[in-house]
Amino acid sequence: MNSELPTRYEIRTERASARSAPSRYGAVFLMFARNSLVRDMTFRANFIIEVISALSWMSMYLGFYILIFEYTPSIGAGTGWGKYQFFAFLATTLFVNSIVEAFFMPNTEELSELIRSGGLDFALLKPIDTQFLVSLQRVDWSSLANFLFAACLLGYSLLKIGHVPGWPQLLLYPLYVGCGVGMLYSLMITLAATSIWLGRNQTLYDFWFYITNFSRYPREIYSGTYGTPLNIAFTYILPVLLVVNVPAWLMVRPLNAEEWSLAVYALVATAACLALSRWVFGRALLSYRSASS
Amino acid sequence: MAAAAIHASPSKLKTWWTILRICIEERLVYRGDFALGTLMRFLPLVTQVFLWSAVFAGTKQQEIAGYSYRDFVAYYLLTNVARAFSSMPGLATGIARQVRGGEIKKFLIQPVDMVGFLLLSRVAHKLVYYGVALAPFALVFYLCRGFFNGWPDAATMTAFVASLLMGFLIGFYMEALMGMLGFWMLEVSSLLFVFILFTFFFSGHMFPIDMLSGWLGWFFRQMPFQYLAYFPAAIFLGKISGPDLAWGLAVEFAWLIALIIACRTAFHYGVKRYAGYGG
Repeated sequence: MNSELPTRYEIRTERASARSAPSRYGAVFLMFARNSLVRDMTFRANFIIEVISALSWMSMYLGFYILIFEYTPSIGAGTGWGKYQFFAFLATTLFVNSIVEAFFMPNTEELSELIRSGGLDFALLKPIDTQFLVSLQRVDWSSLANFLFAACLLGYSLLKIGHVPGWPQLLLYPLYVGCGVGMLYSLMITLAATSIWLGRNQTLYDFWFYITNFSRYPREIYSGTYGTPLNIAFTYILPVLLVVNVPAWLMVRPLNAEEWSLAVYALVATAACLALSRWVFGRALLSYRSASS
Repeated sequence: MAAAAIHASPSKLKTWWTILRICIEERLVYRGDFALGTLMRFLPLVTQVFLWSAVFAGTKQQEIAGYSYRDFVAYYLLTNVARAFSSMPGLATGIARQVRGGEIKKFLIQPVDMVGFLLLSRVAHKLVYYGVALAPFALVFYLCRGFFNGWPDAATMTAFVASLLMGFLIGFYMEALMGMLGFWMLEVSSLLFVFILFTFFFSGHMFPIDMLSGWLGWFFRQMPFQYLAYFPAAIFLGKISGPDLAWGLAVEFAWLIALIIACRTAFHYGVKRYAGYGG
């Protein structure tokens, strides 16, 4: 055996270091996704049950709204959210939530436990960005079943509305779904990072569910004496009302001047949320004291 | 023998009292988290208030399925009270996990009845819950007092309290029964999911089941799930009264007895099936 020849490990390491950072991170993410899929496929029956579970919940919610539209032609007077417009809104909610639930939720749920048990030490020792690692190391493939459900629901709703979105709308829609995912992820990782300071943050985690609950309805329903302040707070300060509303508007109707300005604001808000959550995560890590040693 | 029984009763009571005290202390460890969590549990109600306000604005009708807008808000508030009694988070999964992991054998070798222990643990949980949650509940109900038509009469109030207490026991025995399926099945998570789905949808937690008509409405009303949320709320709001109320309470009581028998039977036969290895 010639000792001058590089070993297989050295070749792999050299190849990896020769790659640019985005492609390295892309390769690592693909590895995470692949490993998660392999694990899911090892327990296929469980995977199928999880898919059925996710679809059942969505069918139940859809059933609830079908029931509501048995009694009313629209959500709010003159809001434009008729039955199928609202179903397109619901489909957008599903797109955003299924992505968050597939890629981020299982990991941020795990983060609190990693902090409590000291398991975060292992993540900190790895030669990769810690936030990237703890946010994406596990993919819950079964949650993506709702993504397909949402695609069918959106297609069906648009057919029923008889509205064909133009190319700009079709191109902007995935961008704004991505913004919605970014905003929700920011809130989620920020709350999860507070586990480092608080030790236990179950309530704050519940808080995420309760706050994002506001994003599941059209912005127009928050009006009146109490609704308007909520509307302003959840649009401009904690912009959860932009998460679904902006992409849903793009799909179901032409945007007015105010909606276009909010669409621009959503881009700024996403960037700000991601930057802020990154800062909070970094600050929280500085306070981390290993629990294992 | 009689003397032994007389002596056994106070000591048994003392044991149960000690268990209750330990459970209460255990639940009070994270009381700040608990109070904050209780207040936050009302947040989804805020979205429901706005949703139904928008639904009524869209329909221009004064009532939907016999419920005005104020009734809907009051209904959701009351279902929160009912679910605070009947929900048993983690009970079924806890029992199934103990069966699978072998922890359950501690109840088989110690003179403590498992079902009784778990019931006391839940009583302690609810006592602490109401002790801590009373202030958030009172605040929310005070702020929302305009949605109610005053207090119901004494008879309705008694029926409401009775339905809540039976709802607590029905919730407990139903969940415990689901957990005991772990004696026969290694993995019960999928069945538990179906159970949670049924509970959420059939209990009236999402909407008053009066909104459903035809065979679906009939089917919903035959299920015991309605006693977990819909039934107490409907009593308080006066949607069920007179002979219907008496009959409803009798059926609820019959469901409770049936579930106690089913739970006890499942435990009796489950323990016979159970095999624990190792130390």
